Amino acid sequence: MEIGLIGLNHKTAPVELREQLSSTCVQGAVGMGEESAPSVVKEALTLTTCNRVEILLTAEDLDRAFQEVIRTWEDPPRRTEAGLKPYIYVYRGDEAIQHLFRVAASLDSLVVGEPQILGQLKTAYREAVKNRSTGVIMNRLLHKAFTVAKRIRTETGIADNAVSISFAAVELAKKIFQDLAGKKVLLVGAGEMAELAAEHLVHHKVQEIVVANRTLERAMDLAHRWRGRAVSLQEVPQALSEADIVISSTGAPDLLIRQDQVKAIMKQRKQRPLFFIDIAVPRDIDPQVNHLDNVYLYDIDDLQEVVAHNIASRKNEALQAERIVQEEAVKFRNWMNGLEVVPTIVALRNKIEDIRQGELKKAGPVLQELTPEQQKAIEAMSQAIINKILHDPITFLKRPGDPFQVSKQADLTQKIFNLNTEAEAEENS
Amino acid sequence: MAQFLFKLALLFYLLGTVGYIIYLVSQKKPLAHYAYGVLWAGFLAHSLAIGGLYYQTGFFPVHNLRESLSFFAWAIMAAYLAIQVRFNIRVLGSFLSPLAVVMMISSSFLPHPAGPANPLLRSFWLVLHVLTIFLGNGIFAIAFLAGIMYLIQERQIKSKQLGALYHRLPSLETLDGLNYQCLVLGFPLLTLGMVSGSLYAHYTLGSFWRWDPKEVWSLITWLLYAALLHGRLVAGWRGRRSALLSIVLFLVLIFSFLGINFLVKGYHTFSAFQKV
Repeated sequence: MEIGLIGLNHKTAPVELREQLSSTCVQGAVGMGEESAPSVVKEALTLTTCNRVEILLTAEDLDRAFQEVIRTWEDPPRRTEAGLKPYIYVYRGDEAIQHLFRVAASLDSLVVGEPQILGQLKTAYREAVKNRSTGVIMNRLLHKAFTVAKRIRTETGIADNAVSISFAAVELAKKIFQDLAGKKVLLVGAGEMAELAAEHLVHHKVQEIVVANRTLERAMDLAHRWRGRAVSLQEVPQALSEADIVISSTGAPDLLIRQDQVKAIMKQRKQRPLFFIDIAVPRDIDPQVNHLDNVYLYDIDDLQEVVAHNIASRKNEALQAERIVQEEAVKFRNWMNGLEVVPTIVALRNKIEDIRQGELKKAGPVLQELTPEQQKAIEAMSQAIINKILHDPITFLKRPGDPFQVSKQADLTQKIFNLNTEAEAEENS
Repeated sequence: MAQFLFKLALLFYLLGTVGYIIYLVSQKKPLAHYAYGVLWAGFLAHSLAIGGLYYQTGFFPVHNLRESLSFFAWAIMAAYLAIQVRFNIRVLGSFLSPLAVVMMISSSFLPHPAGPANPLLRSFWLVLHVLTIFLGNGIFAIAFLAGIMYLIQERQIKSKQLGALYHRLPSLETLDGLNYQCLVLGFPLLTLGMVSGSLYAHYTLGSFWRWDPKEVWSLITWLLYAALLHGRLVAGWRGRRSALLSIVLFLVLIFSFLGINFLVKGYHTFSAFQKV
């Protein structure tokens, strides 16, 4: 049994193709689903996100399994096998395991370290379990992938630092105010990025969001969404004395908030810290306010620099994560090999023991005439013979070796002794 | 026995410090956890040593610079362990334990003056005076460290250079809160220490106040801390200003605690504690 993975992602395929395939994948699950034509695919899991379409499967014959998958993706004349080929990657065995681990740990993501992918993989797995398209290997492999992702998250700093502007702003806010719950946010202007940052802050349970905008209608719209309050631009100075975090993103050509204004307000608010996030270009807030005590100002360039720095440090951490992936893939491979070797040994023992029992039965009438001691001696002797015969093949099977070799050894032993491990394994499981 | 316990305490403090410094670099949480436990062990040994000495001689062991420094280290540790239970700021240990270790090591290098102590020093008021003053000082030491940590963190956020310490130090609000709590806790202890000291002077020397240089400097320190606390409570001195003042005031405090002993002679100096 081999593990294989076939798919395409944001690095190999354009978004149009990913969109088309993700819809076909959702409709018809490959493999186990169709009972009319027995599939070569034994186990399958389909992962579709906006950045990737991947099918993880196990099969005896990977080439035929991959063919089968590609056939479901074909849709001539729009999509032909030849047309699809350049966008598709396939991984076999250890490479497939490693790829899965890398995806789960978000090492293969567009934004390395982003946390959504693990959730998406978990959903895909739940779906596959519901469709009964997973078995022993796949269950174990997916659980392993989840623990690998967790291990990488805790042991490396891959997800430590924010890599988007809005997250970076929230992270900074948390280094100024420990707890954002109970803090008040003032949105000046309602650009898209301001909206996004506000969403994150709402997620951190800020107490209130006040929206000030040139057109009051839009302000009321947004305020309504977050159960906040809308004010006009003229009321901003008043709102400043109450807010803790100010996100400014108006299209105004001049400065909206000046230093002397903020200075006066700081006195009013008894020096409670005030964090300005100015994502407007040109800027809305006087850069000089950063020099006031307990006032912090980050503009779009500052935030972008923080993000660039964080991305660089994530790449560093990713190297360490790759090492963990390799390590865990080897562990999984060893487990799989054990899976192949153990049934082979069991089958081998059973087969030889059956032969011995059969022969003893055949000789039954003759043996009856012997004394109990003699009968016992024959019993012990035959047992000793099969133990001695079995000793070498079993040591041969148990010998640790490179994965490919071990699986070949098991296969060879099964052929020589004409064993049928498949059936046994299924009976046992 | 007491000497052995002192050495044991120093050893534990050293181990805890090493643990906390490695934690600061590597960010492995279990390390901070172990280091914290080791500091507790050191504190226990230290307490036993001081208690043992007190029991043995009948005098609270703060008669010379050696004993005073060691007791100061004990007080800082006591304040830290109490504050850690409530605040749980792991990285504080990385800043505080080196301070305690430096004090312990310098204490162990100082001479051991011989000779019996002045019998006047055997008094309940004196024990209360010493305990409250030192615990107050210990808590102000933490306000001092919180101030340093605040200034480092504030500098990083303001200059937009988010270095390694940025991720390791807690938020400004937490550090400012710690600074505030320390002032609120330390000030009453300092006050109690001054009052009990003056009562002690009244019973033994016949007057509450003698304009001794150490007394004068302590009063100055007390007034400055009172001003800082007032500023915080009423005028909204917080953040950078409070952090800076906590640092400066602690240096004044150290001067009135140690420096004054070297500069001027008075009945409060250690040499005066010896029986003449």
